[in-house]
Amino acid sequence: MAKELWKGNEAIAEAAIRAGCKYFFGYPITPQNEIPEYLSLHLPKIGGCFIQAESEVAAINMVYGAAGCGVRVMTSSSSPGISLKQEGITYMCGAELPAVIVNMMRGGPGLGTIQPAQGDYFQATRGGGNGDYRHLVLAPATIQEAADFVQLAFDLAEQYRNPVMVVADGMIGQMMEAIEWRTPEKRELPEKTWATTGTKGERKPNVINSLYIDPNLCAVHNDRLAAKYQAMEDAETRWEEVDTENCDVLFVSYGTPSRICRAAIRQLEKEGIKAGLFRPITLWPFPGKALKKAASQESVKAVVDVELSMGQMIDDVKIALEGCRPVSFIGKAGGVVPTPAEVAAAAKAAIGR
Amino acid sequence: MAIVYQKSKGLTDAELHYCPGCTHGIVHKLVAETLEEMGVLGNTIGVAPVGCSVFAYNYFNCDMHEAAHGRAPAVATGIKRVSAPGTIVFTYQGDGDLAAIGTAEVIHAAMRGEKITTIFINNAIYGMTGGQMAPTTLVGQKATTAPMGRQKDHYGSPIRMAEIISTLEGCAFAQRVCVADMANLNKAKKAIQKAFKLQQEGAGFTFVEVLACCPTNWGKTPAASVEWLKENMIPYFPLGVYKDITTQEG
Amino acid sequence: MAGKVTFQRDRCKGCELCAMVCPKKIIVMDDTSNRKGYHPATVRPEDMEKCIGCASCAKMCPDSIITVERD
Repeated sequence: MAKELWKGNEAIAEAAIRAGCKYFFGYPITPQNEIPEYLSLHLPKIGGCFIQAESEVAAINMVYGAAGCGVRVMTSSSSPGISLKQEGITYMCGAELPAVIVNMMRGGPGLGTIQPAQGDYFQATRGGGNGDYRHLVLAPATIQEAADFVQLAFDLAEQYRNPVMVVADGMIGQMMEAIEWRTPEKRELPEKTWATTGTKGERKPNVINSLYIDPNLCAVHNDRLAAKYQAMEDAETRWEEVDTENCDVLFVSYGTPSRICRAAIRQLEKEGIKAGLFRPITLWPFPGKALKKAASQESVKAVVDVELSMGQMIDDVKIALEGCRPVSFIGKAGGVVPTPAEVAAAAKAAIGR
Repeated sequence: MAIVYQKSKGLTDAELHYCPGCTHGIVHKLVAETLEEMGVLGNTIGVAPVGCSVFAYNYFNCDMHEAAHGRAPAVATGIKRVSAPGTIVFTYQGDGDLAAIGTAEVIHAAMRGEKITTIFINNAIYGMTGGQMAPTTLVGQKATTAPMGRQKDHYGSPIRMAEIISTLEGCAFAQRVCVADMANLNKAKKAIQKAFKLQQEGAGFTFVEVLACCPTNWGKTPAASVEWLKENMIPYFPLGVYKDITTQEG
Repeated sequence: MAGKVTFQRDRCKGCELCAMVCPKKIIVMDDTSNRKGYHPATVRPEDMEKCIGCASCAKMCPDSIITVERD
C-alpha cells in the first residue's frame, strides 16, 4: 500500500475509525486537539457519535457507559486531563470494560506546559486511580506505530475486557510522518455476552458494576483480576532492540527520546563506542526480563535511562536489572527535549569515556 | 377474587436493603411499574448512583450500570448515544450524588437535551454515609456534619434542582413530587410515566424530583418523617411542574 | 368481603406506612416479630372483611410485600 503523510494526532483518530470505533467522548486540551477535531468531523459520517463533554471526568464516564453497551469507544486527552480521567479508568478496570484511552503527554506537574513530556509514566503504569488494577500501556515512537497500536489497542481491550492506554509525548501527536495503513493480525475475540443491550426479555439483566460489598467476594474479584493481569504480562509484553548485540552501553528509552537515542548511537559509533537501544513498547507490562537479558551481556558496561521526565521508568529499569549493571539517567522534564549530543555525552560518562 | 395489586415485574425478587420507612422502595416500584406498563423493560438500561440507592442495580429488572459518584448522567449519555433506537435510559440518583458531586453532569446532560430520564431522590441528607449534610439540607436542619444545624451564613441555602434544570432549553419535563400520601403518590406515578413517555418520544431530558424521607438519619419514625417532610420540605421545595414542553406554547 | 390483603410476613420491616394510608384503619403491627426482627404488618382475621381492596397499602409499601385481591 502506498505511503501517506499523516500528522500523529490525526493518524490516531483515523486509526480508531479503521478499527471500527464509532464513538468518541472527550474534552479539549493541547496537544491532542486534532484527535477530537478529526473525529467530530468524521464519526457522524459513519453513523457514529462524537460528544464534547463538559469535562474529562464526564467524558470518561460516557466512555464507561458506551463501553458497557459493548461498542468500540475511545477517549483522548493530555496529562492534566488524564489525571481527571483516573476515576473512570479505575471503575472501568473494576467493571472490566474495554476501551481505548490516548494520553498525548505534556509537561507537568499541574498545568505544566503544552510541550512534549513523559511525566505520566508512573500514573500510566502504576494506576493513577484507586485500587489494585492494571491496564496495558502501549507507547509508540513513530506515527506508524501510533496508527498500528491504536488499532491493536481495540483488539487487546476486547480480548482482555480491560481498558488499554496508548501513551505518546506531544511530539508524536504534533509531527507528520509517512505511514501505511495496516490491518492488525486477526485475533479471536470473545463474544460480549456481558454487554447491556437490553434483555429483550430473553435473558437475565446484565449489570456493569465494580462494587462488591462483601469483602470475600471483593477479594475473589481481585484475585480474578490479578490472574487476568498475569495473562496480559505473559502474552502481551512488547519491546524493540536496536544494535543491542555486544554493545558497550545500553540506552533504555521509549517514545520520542528513543529516537534521540538512535541518533546518539550513530554519533557514538563514529567515536568507536558501540551503543544499543532497548525500547519498551509496552510500559505495562514492562519488558523487564528481556531488558535484563540484554543488559547482562558481558559487553555491557552501563545502562543509560533516557526519559522526558525527571526519572520515572528508571525505577522499572532498576527493578529489572536487580543491580547487575550500573544505571545512570539523563532526562529533561517540562517540555524540553535533550539533544543527541547530550545523550551521547551521558553514555560516555556512564562508561568512563 | 382477582389480583388488583402485586409486586411489579419491573423489580427483581431481591429484598431491598433500605431502612424501614425509606422512600426509595416506593419510588423504585413507581419506576418499575411504569417501565412494565410501557412494555419496555426488555430495552431499558438504568444507571444506579453512589449513595443509599447504590444497589439499585440489584432491584430493577432490566440491564443496569453502576456509576461512579455523581456521574450517572454522563454514563447514561454514553449508553443512550450508542444504544439501538428505542432504548430507554434512566438514572436514579440521590441529593449528594446529583446535587453535589454530580451537579455538572446532570446540568450538562439536561443542556444537551439527552433523551434520558433522571429520577432525583431528595431527602435532604446523606443517608449511606451516616446523615451528613446535603446540598438540600434545610437551614437549621441538623446533620452529622452540621451538628448545630445548617447555618445559612456558613453554607448558604439549599439548592433547588427542579427549578434549575427547568431553565435549560434541553429539558423537556421537570416536576417535583412527593409520595407522602396516596394523592401525592398517584401524582408522582403520573409524573414518572410522563417523563418516560416524553423520553420515548425523543422530547429531550426529563427530570422528576421526589421529596423523600430518611427516618433513620432524621431520627424520626416513618410516620413522623412523613409529617416532617410535609411541614418542612414542601414549603422550601414546592411541589409542581416546572417544565412541560407539551403544555408550553411555541 | 370485597378485598383481601396478603403480606409477605418475613419481608416486612414494620414501617407502618401501609397502616398510615389504609382508609379503613385495619392494618396493625403484629405482636410477634418476624425473621428480620420487626413486628410485621397484618390484618386481624376479623377485620379482613372491612378491606375494600383499594390497594393503597400495597402501593405505599416500600418493600412491595403486599398483594391485594378484590371480588
